[in-house]
Amino acid sequence: MDFRLTDDQIALQLGLRELLTGRFGPEQLRTAMTDSDKDRLPLWSELADAGLFSLRKPEQQEGGLGLGLAEAVLAFEEVGRALVPGPLVATELATVHASLPLHQAAGLCRNRPAGRGPLLVERLPTLDTLLLADTVTGEVQSVSPARVRARSRRGVDPLTPLWELEGPLPSGDPLPGLDARRLWVEGSLLTAALQVGVASRAVATAVVYAGQREQFGQPIGAFQAVQHLCADMLARTEPARAAVRAAAVCADAGASTAELAVATAGAKLLADQAAVRGARDCLQVHGGMGFTWEADVHLLLKRAWVYEGSFAGAAESTELLAEDLSAAAVGHL
Amino acid sequence: MDLQDTPAEAAFRRGLRDWLGKVLPDLPPPPDPLDWPARRAYDTAWQRRLYDAGYAGVHWPREVGGQGATPAEYLIFLEETERAGAPYVGANFVGLLHAGPTIAAEGTAEQRRRWLPGILSGAEVWCQGFSEPGAGSDLAALRTRAVRDGDDYVVSGSKLWTSHAEVADWCELLVRTDPAAPRHRGISWLVLPMDAPGVTVRPLRTLMGTAEFAELFLDEVRVPVANRVGAENDGWRVTMVTLSFERGTAFAGEVVACRRALVELAGLARRNGVWEADPGLRRSLGLLAARFGALWRLVQWNVSEAQGGGVPGPGASVFKLCFSEARQELYDLAAAVLGSGALVLADGEGDDWTAQRLQGLSYTIAAGTSQIQRNIVAQRVLGLPKPGRA
Repeated sequence: MDFRLTDDQIALQLGLRELLTGRFGPEQLRTAMTDSDKDRLPLWSELADAGLFSLRKPEQQEGGLGLGLAEAVLAFEEVGRALVPGPLVATELATVHASLPLHQAAGLCRNRPAGRGPLLVERLPTLDTLLLADTVTGEVQSVSPARVRARSRRGVDPLTPLWELEGPLPSGDPLPGLDARRLWVEGSLLTAALQVGVASRAVATAVVYAGQREQFGQPIGAFQAVQHLCADMLARTEPARAAVRAAAVCADAGASTAELAVATAGAKLLADQAAVRGARDCLQVHGGMGFTWEADVHLLLKRAWVYEGSFAGAAESTELLAEDLSAAAVGHL
Repeated sequence: MDLQDTPAEAAFRRGLRDWLGKVLPDLPPPPDPLDWPARRAYDTAWQRRLYDAGYAGVHWPREVGGQGATPAEYLIFLEETERAGAPYVGANFVGLLHAGPTIAAEGTAEQRRRWLPGILSGAEVWCQGFSEPGAGSDLAALRTRAVRDGDDYVVSGSKLWTSHAEVADWCELLVRTDPAAPRHRGISWLVLPMDAPGVTVRPLRTLMGTAEFAELFLDEVRVPVANRVGAENDGWRVTMVTLSFERGTAFAGEVVACRRALVELAGLARRNGVWEADPGLRRSLGLLAARFGALWRLVQWNVSEAQGGGVPGPGASVFKLCFSEARQELYDLAAAVLGSGALVLADGEGDDWTAQRLQGLSYTIAAGTSQIQRNIVAQRVLGLPKPGRA
């Protein structure tokens, strides 16, 4: 066992971080918000060229790098940290599993069992395909977004425009050989990786601000109350990061979908908590500034909420983990 | 990144599993937790069996009597012994996990020869004389004084929370050797023989009602200068080495124990009907399973980083903080599963969840309070400014 990143993995991580720092800094983030025209996907071709969507494809296929989920979660941590808007996860899944051509974008929604509230898809008009995953039968269908009835909604995250699907969904073309459950689990894991990125950014943003902002004659980061907020942010992030990476490594080592589902449920739960609570704590560290549109902190929190609502949610994950415990308890008796 | 056993690790795991399968069935029943001499005998006998089988000091270097196993193999050792229900280090805790590694890292050749074999074979038991009435987590406030007199130090003062003091042969003792120096300087790390004239041990009754710890009174106790580990007045640095071992890996085996306890709790909840009746509780158990699972992964990660023989870094505080809190929540959930049963202590065989819950109250205090761990994470890991230094 050696759970450290390999040199190649570090190179992949740093390469992507460098690309994103140069191409999607605070200014580009702002620009992407103000021109949030529905057809524009910031950085899409650069991300596709960098292999974000195709790194898990076999080398003989278009853009394929022949890498695994372990590398994918590292890459998704980076795009999550940079707050690059989506639909990143669905596009990766469609590229890897449904041969979506490079530079195209895909959406994914679970048509059964329906979640609570409306069925939402991000950037519907921009998508080249929409995958419908039936996690009960395991069937996956592909639908042309133009055939779906939907209305535009104002999403909470200014960088994630949402469409609400209306009426019965059209039946699409079946994609034989694809397992909706596997897609759902992998999608949950990649989303968890995005959340780890958001959580890491929240810690870093809070620490920088706490070191600069002065009150009562010293940087607020010198106050124990602020230090403890920041320490707790890190203490939520690191176990989540370890859980996400471990689940991916187990998947690459051949874990079954059922085993991966349990590992992913834990990873997604902890990553959601690390990101959502971390972004809130980061906002709190920023005080009144954190409540303004000008500070970028609210974008972290809103994105964390979007990811929290994507793929496996807390109720689904905790029930799955409880079932697993229960099965272990029966085996134990 | 990989989590699979290498061929060598797999062979180590198989050998250990086989051995545990052979020895555990004829292990005597555990002693009464109130009977300290019985506990000492039980724990040291187990240590002796490990020693005879070549599993003592698994991850200690060969040149100090260990087995020279890699950190990853040490994790396998903790995982397998815990999973098989083997006894934990118990009375050997301080020797194996604090004093031993410290002497191995900082002691002279003579000191290693004198003390390490007794620790490894279970012949000698150690206790920890760090905390004082005025110096708990603020260890640098310690006042016990050691004045040089020829080849001896003359030590006077008192220590608190000294676990196993009643049955210990040796004490890792922190003393102030230079009262004029700044707080973190002027401290030395001594090995105190517990039978030296002037040492008084007074048991301390905890909220469990048991004598878990003791107070230690030192009245002009003569300790040879040769018993000092590290340079005079350099004890703080030596201590930081000890504590980083404690926060880094000393609790790793207990993560496995907590995961096992969680499965037992799920079984209990199923048997008493709470599992079906209380979805909130069921989900809380699921969430806790996620947390212990992630903490085990964090241990594997930290150990991988330390592979190559380093000292665990300050990131270990993140683990200590998360683990002690998760562990307390485990016992609070146990109380929710037991209902009114949580108000009585078990009077026979089986798990005593209520006793564990009471014992667990110490986890966020011992080995540095959670608040101190947060300070360490904030200042040393995240680099936030120290308080009051505008």
